[in-house]
Amino acid sequence: MPQLTDKKTKVKTEEHSSLKGTLASVFLLGFFLIFTWVGVYFLFLDRL
Amino acid sequence: MHMHKYEKIWLFFGIGSLFLFLTIVGVSAFAQGNQPPSCLTTIDPEKVDQTPPFNKPGLVKTGDNEYQLNIVASAFAYTPNQIEIPKGAKVTINVTTKDVIHGFEMVGTNVNMMVEPGYVNSFTKTFNETGEFTILCNEYCGTGHHLMTAKVKVVDKQ
Amino acid sequence: MNETMKVDRRDAKLAMAHIYVAFIALALGGLAGLLQVLVRSGKFTLPANINYYTILTTHGVLLGLVLTTFFIIGFQFAAVSRTAGTLSDKARTTGWLGFWVMTIGTALTAFYILIGEASVLYTFYAPLQAHPGFYIGLTLVVVGSWLSGFAMFAHYAKWKKANPGKTSPLLTFMSVVNMILWLVCSLGVAATVLIQLLPWSLGFVERINILVSRTLFWYFGHPLVYFWLLPAYMIWYVVIPKIIGGKIFSDSLARLSFILFLIFSIPVGFHHQLVEPGIDPAWKYLQVVLTFMVVIPSLMTAFSMFATFEMYGRSKGAAGLFGWLRKLPWGDARFFAPFVGMLFFIPAGAGGLINASHQLNQVVHNTIWVTGHFHLTLATTVVLTFFGAAYWLIPHLTGRVMTKTMNRLAIVQTVVWAVGMLFMSGSMHFAGLLGAPRRSAFSTYGNSPQALEWIPYQIAQAIGGTILFIGIILVLIIVTNLAFFAPKGETEFPVGEVAETAERTPLVFENWKLWIGITVALILIAYTIPFIDMIQNAPPGSKGYKLW
Ligand code: HEM
Ligand SMILES: [Cu+2]
Ligand SMILES: [Cu+2]
Repeated sequence: MPQLTDKKTKVKTEEHSSLKGTLASVFLLGFFLIFTWVGVYFLFLDRL
Repeated sequence: MHMHKYEKIWLFFGIGSLFLFLTIVGVSAFAQGNQPPSCLTTIDPEKVDQTPPFNKPGLVKTGDNEYQLNIVASAFAYTPNQIEIPKGAKVTINVTTKDVIHGFEMVGTNVNMMVEPGYVNSFTKTFNETGEFTILCNEYCGTGHHLMTAKVKVVDKQ
Repeated sequence: MNETMKVDRRDAKLAMAHIYVAFIALALGGLAGLLQVLVRSGKFTLPANINYYTILTTHGVLLGLVLTTFFIIGFQFAAVSRTAGTLSDKARTTGWLGFWVMTIGTALTAFYILIGEASVLYTFYAPLQAHPGFYIGLTLVVVGSWLSGFAMFAHYAKWKKANPGKTSPLLTFMSVVNMILWLVCSLGVAATVLIQLLPWSLGFVERINILVSRTLFWYFGHPLVYFWLLPAYMIWYVVIPKIIGGKIFSDSLARLSFILFLIFSIPVGFHHQLVEPGIDPAWKYLQVVLTFMVVIPSLMTAFSMFATFEMYGRSKGAAGLFGWLRKLPWGDARFFAPFVGMLFFIPAGAGGLINASHQLNQVVHNTIWVTGHFHLTLATTVVLTFFGAAYWLIPHLTGRVMTKTMNRLAIVQTVVWAVGMLFMSGSMHFAGLLGAPRRSAFSTYGNSPQALEWIPYQIAQAIGGTILFIGIILVLIIVTNLAFFAPKGETEFPVGEVAETAERTPLVFENWKLWIGITVALILIAYTIPFIDMIQNAPPGSKGYKLW
């Protein structure tokens, strides 16, 4: 609800430096997705 | 629209991975022939018993080391339900149903397909190891669904 | 306090009516789930000749269709009333009409399932043929939901008229997207039920085209899961930031992801039909590609969530790579339950990618892996988020407050659910990779050595399922308390504000002609040719069977 935004309570954030943890987290997530996918792909190949 | 630099990096990596997965399965499917079972042949489900090859279900030799395994599914059985396959045989499994939808899963293999009235479904597999496989129905078909099973034995050629 | 901050009492009643039905469905469906895991352990048989598949149909319909649809519509009525103002009398009356039509439909469907005339599972694949009352009941559920959808559309249109040129409130926008998605996809299931299944079960026509019916069902079935998921995303994007005391990361990106869901979640139904005959594999592959596109908005959502948490933590002085995690309000069930839901979405998403990967589907299709998968997506991610929402929504609507004790119980509930699901869904995944089928009562398949290998997993599954059932009892205690016994008072309906660094939202997101146009175009591209193929090359149709 952008219209109702209350100006006083805004949080100041630094643009790039402050999202390092986010970047690390999503990459961990990404590696997990790749890891499981590759795992089942090899199961498929093994059963060919 | 503005996007944070890290989000761009993440999406580039994420979407890149998606396309990599798609390429792997795409090449495997279209270049190496590993398509999922998608047979387009139709059949009259009420005349299965009269329609070749399902009028004589079972294993048929079609070439040097090549076989056809024709199976009829119906509630709640496969015909035939005891099958012997010589080791090393390349077998094209054709299945159809006389009544409702059934599944056809050969446990521990990639043979896993839907069997639907009016259609033949088909998958080719080479059996390189001796052993025993359970075939079972994995699509609900009625009260006896979990009792619907068959057995495959891969045996050494004499 | 601004008057739009609170849901009007009359709208609150409408929302609560839906929520009551949802939790009654949870109670009954949960009981069925308990029976299923016990049967599948092999240590228990159902008394009095009760058919396993009647129980399973009850479970699937009550939890997959009734709990979800009722909770979602109730939540969305509250959300649009909170953010776009009190409903007009006409919209509210339409909402009540929708509620009663859905409720009567549910009762009718449940009746025919319970008397054993409709043990066809919640996907009701022909040519298994249920009693016509089952199909009529389901039709009423869908039609009722449409009425509610129209009420929400009208409410949105009224807001737009009163606020020309302004961006609509985010929650209202998201509710509208979800109802458009629902309307467009449920046309498919309505078509197969009204044109094919109902006339056939009534005996007006003798035969039915199986593949067309399944294709229409799955045209509906995949977007259905996004219809469940999007309300959870609404809570994540809009409510959670407020609960933790942070800000919405970006209004525009939230809207963009919802639009992407609308566009890409429909033309993908073939990924449920990957191993089926009669469909050319090239068309299957096209839909596999489109399915992967619908992963993108979820990737965006993951980033937004982490960013919201990190920005908040850093504003509170957190340092280091993951220091912000410690600043999150772990003791607040309104946050904790949805957060655990988010965590479970990681393995859930991984499983989803595998299911949809064209020939990889052969490894898992119709194995219990799939059941494990959607007990993560639906029965954990979505359901825990809904529970977390119920913890503020119900007291907000009933004019009560959640006590500390109840909050603590809700934390325990979340942990119980997570542990139970880890066991149940985990063992389902592993047993599935070993080939154990879904939708099957206990069987050793003639003492097959392969089937005997699954038994330890099935016992773990039963232990997990029993723990989950305890989780259901706990949440029912909490919900009953919040609805009837909690102390009177004011509870906030948390709606987040947008971070200062986020830019103004472009109006293009509300260009509905554009988005619905693209949606329809993609559906036509993905479905027209294979659908014509199916009809032109159709085999003789099927008569109905009642094999239970
Ligand atoms: C006590 C908690 C629960 C237990 C023990 C449980 C157990 C199960 C089991 C064992 C199955 C598979 C049965 C089979 O394939 O033979 C199943 C299926 C299913 N469950 Fe649950 N479940 C629970 C909660 C839920 C919840 C909360 C939802 C949804 C919100 C849900 C939705 C479903 C659906 C849609 C199916 C598919 C039915 C079908 O394949 O026809 N379950 N459940
Ligand atoms: Cu079956
Ligand atoms: Cu899907």
